[in-house]
Amino acid sequence: MNNYLKALLTGLAIVVPLSTPAIAETLRWSSAGDVISYDPNAQVDSFTQSVQHMVFDPLVRRNKDLKLEPALATSWEVIEPTRWRFKLRQGVKFHEGQSFNADDVVATIQRQIDPGARNRENLSAVVGVEKVDDYTVDLILRGAYPLLLNDLAAIYMMSKPWMEAHDALKPGNTTTGVVTYASNHANGTGPFKLAAYEPDSKSVFAVNEGWWDKPQHNLTEVEFRPIASDATRVAALLSGELDMIAPVPLQDIDRIENTEGLKVAQNPSLREIFLVPSFRPELHAMPGKPNPLLDVKVRQALWHALDMNTIQKRLMRGKSRVSGMLVAPEVTGYDASIDVPLAYDVDKAKALLTEAGYPEGFKVGLGCSNDRYIADEQICLAIASMWAKVGVEVDLSTESKTTYFPRTDKGEFDIYLLGWASLPPMDGYSVLQALLATNDGTFGGSNANGLSNPEIDKLARSAAVELDEPKRIQMLKDAFRITHDQVLYLPLHQQPVAWAMSDKVEIPQFADEYVRPWFAQVK
Amino acid sequence: MIRILSVRLLQAILVMIAVTAIAFIMFRFVGDPVAAMVREGATQAEKDALRATLGLDRPLVMQFVEFLGRVLQGDLGTSYRYQQPVVSLLLTRLPATLELVFVATIMALAAGIPLGVLCALKPKAALSRLTQSLTLVGISMPTFVTGLLLILVFAVNLRWLPSSGRGDLVDLGVWKTGFLTLSGLKSLILPSITLALFQLTLIMRLVRSEMIDVLSSDYIRFAFARGLPRRYIYGRLALRNALMPVVTVTGLQIGQLVAFAIVTETVFQWPGMGLLFTNAVGYPDVPVLSAYLLFVGFLFVVINMIVDILYTFIDPRLRTQ
Repeated sequence: MNNYLKALLTGLAIVVPLSTPAIAETLRWSSAGDVISYDPNAQVDSFTQSVQHMVFDPLVRRNKDLKLEPALATSWEVIEPTRWRFKLRQGVKFHEGQSFNADDVVATIQRQIDPGARNRENLSAVVGVEKVDDYTVDLILRGAYPLLLNDLAAIYMMSKPWMEAHDALKPGNTTTGVVTYASNHANGTGPFKLAAYEPDSKSVFAVNEGWWDKPQHNLTEVEFRPIASDATRVAALLSGELDMIAPVPLQDIDRIENTEGLKVAQNPSLREIFLVPSFRPELHAMPGKPNPLLDVKVRQALWHALDMNTIQKRLMRGKSRVSGMLVAPEVTGYDASIDVPLAYDVDKAKALLTEAGYPEGFKVGLGCSNDRYIADEQICLAIASMWAKVGVEVDLSTESKTTYFPRTDKGEFDIYLLGWASLPPMDGYSVLQALLATNDGTFGGSNANGLSNPEIDKLARSAAVELDEPKRIQMLKDAFRITHDQVLYLPLHQQPVAWAMSDKVEIPQFADEYVRPWFAQVK
Repeated sequence: MIRILSVRLLQAILVMIAVTAIAFIMFRFVGDPVAAMVREGATQAEKDALRATLGLDRPLVMQFVEFLGRVLQGDLGTSYRYQQPVVSLLLTRLPATLELVFVATIMALAAGIPLGVLCALKPKAALSRLTQSLTLVGISMPTFVTGLLLILVFAVNLRWLPSSGRGDLVDLGVWKTGFLTLSGLKSLILPSITLALFQLTLIMRLVRSEMIDVLSSDYIRFAFARGLPRRYIYGRLALRNALMPVVTVTGLQIGQLVAFAIVTETVFQWPGMGLLFTNAVGYPDVPVLSAYLLFVGFLFVVINMIVDILYTFIDPRLRTQ
């Protein structure tokens, strides 16, 4: 009898802890857009990339503080400036059972830098990859390059035997319409397995019990459903069909916060919003006359005339952060002493304009999107009336992002609104290279308004190859200081990221707007 | 007869060529797909390379001739966003839209005909008046408002029905259907009511006026005079004749339903062709936009052609013209 009891108790002791996690904890969340493809090389969309991260692991990843940490690579060293050696994690298995090793990394990197990969520029510094042994890989770089780890955090490791078995070693191609098996299926090493994928309907993820990392979540399943209409997405949360929506429309925040059982989490995101002045000889609004924006005093006057606190309180409902530079505090190269906006001062703005020779003001065109950034159209309307107070007449044009951005690229606006998140590298060099450097070759890809500053160009080119981190950061800061002092751009604010969720859900929010369910707890 | 048919066919072909040209020209102006496709921080060289691979750097006329050539071969291009041939993309979305349109049509007929008869027979009854004024509201309210109101009442407040999506589907090979699961059927209700409402109003009003017309005709009066049972007169004699135009209009309205489905599908995240279209507008996914316009144009041309031909068969006077 006693033995029976003992056996029974022992049995219970084994069964009970095993049976507890069997209760299904599902996180059902929704966003406005859907995953475009599960092929990590087929797109450049950062939302798609964020969802793919549930299935795939990179060699290095971002931790809860968005700092880089080892993932599938455990350590790395720079052997020569053009050769980085990575030690790989052992004992990692893909979802379908294949073991992870150097062959997978070689195949993945080759797929990534294949001329047919849509996002090959996300790893543009790498020209080759060599296997050293089963768990050591060398990446060969074009030249010295400081941001390799930042880039690698967005490169997801795929299984070579799996790609071979499904004829997916080459990435899909948009022009020829090549769809590979990897477009609709995913086999990674990540915390969740892709169990079902129906475009525009849902993606279902099952938990990966064999994940190499210690799970910090208690989920057994994640269901992602895209809902494009803001009102429907909010309704689905209110009706209890969803546990979380990201993002939540700003106008619905109050209503959701006042609903029992729901809460809203909001923080400034990485995305900075700013105005881009024209540095060309003439303005479109005043043909045949010299461009007043070329005078730094005029640019300072325009900044002094911006009442950003009112915009922050009224239009952004107190959720944005007024800023003075083009990168957020989380981004490398940020400097609090530079991040100081020029004070709102109408008299000073008028005085500066008079000094510059425009006592009566002038006419200028302002371009704005109306469906890309939070309250973008309203912000521009507000700015137009603020500038009118100092005598600057604004010819405002607002339009959809689909026609707006091609026009900004062609330089069709005298001043235009732009947002920048410095993603994926999350490094100030992104701004330096794309926005501040003169438009020329691989530099200034989004500098479409004629800005050209030799000092900044020099800094951009030296920061691109500087491996000494403190030195490199100083170069970024120097460039940002020039930008601020010369008012090369007019920073407005950091826009917020807002998620709404059931109060049963605990999930950290990130400034890069990635939803990371592997940190989620559902009660 | 053959001459009439061939003229009609020629007209249809001309209309389709015009639609193709409009589709092509119009969507060159909805925006630059390159801007949506490149990553943040892309260099000018990257953008130019993408533009070249998409064939957007060549003269417009060349692009149109090639576009026309490919359309004639049944190749509508590759979606920029989904990276799939547009034809197969449309075909995977077709079942969702067709099921929605089908259920909405059934609903509109099932409710519209009896209500129309009721309003014709008892125009002064309270129920008839209520129906008349309610359908007036129904016809003048924008589809998305109707949809959101239904969501608010039945999904958010009562929690009876899901607010979006198609629910669980059963895969029958080429056709994924929501008809065979409970959640699939529940998901159908709100979007089909939204889509059916306009149809319902139209059918109700048409049946009512036709019915009033028929009831005042001589043969009905004779039927009453002969003492035939009321049910027989209303049901067999009057309604049958009143339904002829209803059938025609319902047929023609299927094209309208597909068009209205764009709004309904967006509100309810219904993964059909309409949702594909709205998502394509924002991207902008030009091949999908062009293909959708061609598809809808084709649908209308075919329906109109069939109706015209049927009319010539039914009414001999049209043949002699």
